[in-house]
Amino acid sequence: MLGTSLIILIPFLPIISFLLISLVGRKNFPSFCGVLGTLSVLGSFVLSATVAYDYFFVVGKVGDAYQQMVPLKINWLQFAPNVSIDLGIMLDPISVMMLVVVTLVSLMVHFYSLGYMKGEERYATFYSYLGLFTFSMLGLVLSSNIFQIYMFWELVGVSSYLLIGYYFEKPSAVSAAKKAFIVTRFADLGFLIGILILSYYSGTLDFQTMIQRLTMQTNELHTITAASFMGASALAWGLVLVFIGGAGKSAMFPLHIWLPDAMEGPTPVSALIHAATMVVAGVFLVARLFPVFSGCPAALDIVMWVGVSSSLIAAIIACTQTDIKRVLAYSTMSQIGYMMFSLGTARYGGENGLGYMASMFHLFTHAMFKALLFLGAGSVIHYVHSNEMKDMGGLRKLMPVTHFTFLIACLAIAGIPPFAGFFSKEEILQSAYHANKVIFGLAILTAAITAFYMFRLYFNIFWNKPLPHKESAHDAHGAADAHDAHHGEGPATMLIPLVILGLLSVAVGFIPFNRLVTSDGKALATEFHMTFSIAPVLLATLGIFIALAFYKKESAVPQKMADSLSALYRGSYNKFYIDEIYLFVTKKILFPFVGRPAAWFDRNVVDGFMNMLASVTAHISALIKGLQSGKVQQYAAYFFAGAVGFVLIFIYWWT
Amino acid sequence: MINLSILLLIPLATALLVLICSTAAQIRMVALLGSVAQLGYSSLIMLDYMSQRAAGNKAQMLYESRHSWFSSLNIEYYVGADGISVAMIMLTAVVVMTGILISWNVEKMAKEFFFLIVLLSLGAYGFFISLDLFTMFFFLEVAVIPKFLLIGIWGSGKKEYSAMKLALMLMGGSALVLIGFLFLYFNTNTGSGAHTFDLLKIVQMHIPVAAQQFIFPLMFVGFGVFTAMFPFHTWAPDGHSSAPTAASMFLAGISMKLGGYGCLRVAAYLMPEAAHQYSWVIILLSTIAIIYGAFATLMQTDLKYINAYSSVSHCGFVIFGIGMLTKTAITGAVLQMVSHGLMTALFFAAIGMIYERTHTRQVAQLGGLLKAIPFIITVFVIAGLCSLGLPGLSGFVAEMTVFVGAWQHPDTFYRTATVLACASIVVTAVYILRAVGASGMGPVKNDEFLKFSDASWNEKLASVALLICILAIGIAPFWLNNLVSPDTQLIMDNITRVVGVN
Repeated sequence: MLGTSLIILIPFLPIISFLLISLVGRKNFPSFCGVLGTLSVLGSFVLSATVAYDYFFVVGKVGDAYQQMVPLKINWLQFAPNVSIDLGIMLDPISVMMLVVVTLVSLMVHFYSLGYMKGEERYATFYSYLGLFTFSMLGLVLSSNIFQIYMFWELVGVSSYLLIGYYFEKPSAVSAAKKAFIVTRFADLGFLIGILILSYYSGTLDFQTMIQRLTMQTNELHTITAASFMGASALAWGLVLVFIGGAGKSAMFPLHIWLPDAMEGPTPVSALIHAATMVVAGVFLVARLFPVFSGCPAALDIVMWVGVSSSLIAAIIACTQTDIKRVLAYSTMSQIGYMMFSLGTARYGGENGLGYMASMFHLFTHAMFKALLFLGAGSVIHYVHSNEMKDMGGLRKLMPVTHFTFLIACLAIAGIPPFAGFFSKEEILQSAYHANKVIFGLAILTAAITAFYMFRLYFNIFWNKPLPHKESAHDAHGAADAHDAHHGEGPATMLIPLVILGLLSVAVGFIPFNRLVTSDGKALATEFHMTFSIAPVLLATLGIFIALAFYKKESAVPQKMADSLSALYRGSYNKFYIDEIYLFVTKKILFPFVGRPAAWFDRNVVDGFMNMLASVTAHISALIKGLQSGKVQQYAAYFFAGAVGFVLIFIYWWT
Repeated sequence: MINLSILLLIPLATALLVLICSTAAQIRMVALLGSVAQLGYSSLIMLDYMSQRAAGNKAQMLYESRHSWFSSLNIEYYVGADGISVAMIMLTAVVVMTGILISWNVEKMAKEFFFLIVLLSLGAYGFFISLDLFTMFFFLEVAVIPKFLLIGIWGSGKKEYSAMKLALMLMGGSALVLIGFLFLYFNTNTGSGAHTFDLLKIVQMHIPVAAQQFIFPLMFVGFGVFTAMFPFHTWAPDGHSSAPTAASMFLAGISMKLGGYGCLRVAAYLMPEAAHQYSWVIILLSTIAIIYGAFATLMQTDLKYINAYSSVSHCGFVIFGIGMLTKTAITGAVLQMVSHGLMTALFFAAIGMIYERTHTRQVAQLGGLLKAIPFIITVFVIAGLCSLGLPGLSGFVAEMTVFVGAWQHPDTFYRTATVLACASIVVTAVYILRAVGASGMGPVKNDEFLKFSDASWNEKLASVALLICILAIGIAPFWLNNLVSPDTQLIMDNITRVVGVN
């Protein structure tokens, strides 16, 4: 087993790179910063892979179950006796798996960006932000304390903000960054209050102790957690609130509105943050607290329904979007919905934990092929300088590597054997089938739609139009363009990650997750049912064929379909107007009916009262200042009037 | 051996030296050296304090010293420090030094300007170390009057109005405090029928509950005015926006903390029953301040107004934490005082640097400044992120301590208030990101901006000093927490002793 000091280096290498670049490198050696960042993440990746090997095959298993290990815990902030934020490292199957996912995808993205971001004015800054993000994400997955996860949760949020707003001179990028931060912050409010509730009832912030105390059936704590508020137990409230935080970060309906806009960031960033790592943090969070969730079926039901509805809605929207990154964004949301409802269908321990294992498996495979899809899309965008499908088409000859790897990723996400997505999706569908037939139906429908929209995307980019607009593209580039005139592929730094991720998108499906990552750490026997697999694969194939028929060549069929399903099409094209609803609430209700009155009230009523006090004082003083005129005759008159007044009083009232 | 009176002598000597200097360059150099010496001595006090505590010194106050001042009324010059005082002294030292650095280019009546700034700091130091209520009141007054002049003479905009308003409201507040102190004094009894202003003696006596019920509101409102408690906060937006940068930094960074410190050290500590009885009022007002301040900030268009209203919201957390009457929440209130003091000083410094170049603070007229003056805008963004509670910066630590502490109060009313207070972090994010986005990012609004020079050495030094403090608290909060929490525990023990656990 690696020493603790080496494990600490995993998150710290990227933050060192962040500090080095932002304090020194940006000014002194900007062009070297990319290499520096890449090397630091390479170090983290190598260490993570070693830790993973050690954990899964050498030291992690005690008896027949993988154990949770906490090799490091530092008391960081003591709130009350027993209640403290401890910064620590927790190793268990999911955190070790996440280490590999995060460092691997981050490494690919770092490497890819060496080519993709070359020549950018803020190239060094880009790499420093990537380092900050990678650090935060690694800190998040290693957390041993629920407040620690919240801290890194916020830090990934801010790195995401910085990276979405990377092109800060573009107003759309600035507002997208702001939107992403605020929407997730809103969800984090739920997370925070959830933490407060859970920690209040468990008397700790430490994950292990918290889970242990909240799942104890015999403890008196259990009766306390039954204390209800508005019909649900305190435990359910706490878990649902925590889940709201997770749903915000994972772009679950109806908190998903930030994710499509987040595509304003550079494409490698979308691949890293908004596809493979940060957006699955919500899934990770539910998985982290899974034993507690399992004891509260109501909360898991909410997870399940939110997951499946997000999955379906996103898939429908993805069918009509024309910006290729937005299609991928909705596809991400849909796949994360898959992971969520899969967790919702599972329960802690043994066979019931199938959905948990499937969800983690899908998280892993999805990270590979979705990162690949984004990086592939990045290559395409790099070449055509546009995100719109209409500017693409027929690129397969020009970009053979991109084309081929993109096809692999599409097959993987569509769930075609033997690509990775097939295996993980099968497990999810099985779990759904055993838990709830309605969920299963919706899931399988989503799978078919997924195949359709992914291949709509694929055909629109690489086929559709007869020959690419090579010349025009090059005109747009100008003569100084670095591309090879004969094909549109980027430099090797961009191709190698595509190839690696392409290979992984095939290979990782064969990893025996059922033996490695399960809800209780024990191996889970899964059976492969050929008969069960037929229906989903057939449906997916059907989706692919419809896309083939519609989009392989330019044709009028899609338009006709759109016309005949006009209401649905328009709804989907406009993302079901969810953004508009939010805008309405904030711009038309919160601002004019809360913000403005508050500001008005403050200026006119509260401050008005203070000003009135002052003016009344001034007024009274103006009224009475005539008395102090300095004229002796006047004083004599007052004196005389007073004397007469006293005399009268003494005569008539004083008896 | 530490002598707290040196803390008062250094600013006094600096002020006198400033008066005899002749050129602006000499004046600011003297002021800077004085503040650096003060920072050095404050750090020395902090280190010594920590080592004494680590060595097991259990005395409630260290470095006590007393001299009879007006013996027939038992008025004494009596000073001493506990962890809370030490934290506040450090805060004052840092803010004053950075304020002087930021004001490096003040040419107009430089002598008077730096004299007043140093005098203000003298008031603040004295206030934070006083253990005699009369001494405390004396220093409170010293910290009020110079502000009137600073705003009235070196301010901008409708400065006469703002200066007047601020001075009158703060005077009103200190009048209430004085009445409160006097009532308290006449309710004390040292055994021989004599009265006392001695804080540590008063806490040992039992002030009749009926008297507490009368005195507590006076004092709480009086100090509340200083900390911009709703509805007595309206001096803050006008005062801050008209004040010169250093005065804004001092006002929001230190002056508002005088109120919070007073509420805690005098009102809540000496009158625990009343604090307990009135805690719902405190929570009500502070929750309103937090939420309503945040929403009012949302509508502001002037950067200084944004920060001023956000200070109302953030200082609401101080009062909120005190009103919750749990040890953790009170610790959070102290952390929030320190954190907000540093953060808001940095924020005002950044706004001042922007204003000095663009000559406008209207968000709508700014834009794209990150390209023109990257250092200043980066500082501005970090201050903003601290304000919205980003982990790793001090704001997060303070707010979370308040939240966790507040949640320990199981009553539904208090829980609801806590949820509302938590909700303010979302609104905070909205207004901070709007301000940052509109002024720093987007296309460059005006080509003139590109000609600006970025921060000069003194501005950089000031920003970096404040940044280091914010980061130090944000990354390693345990040292500050350990510094203050034994003393918040003492205050809390005093409350639970008489009212039991809530």
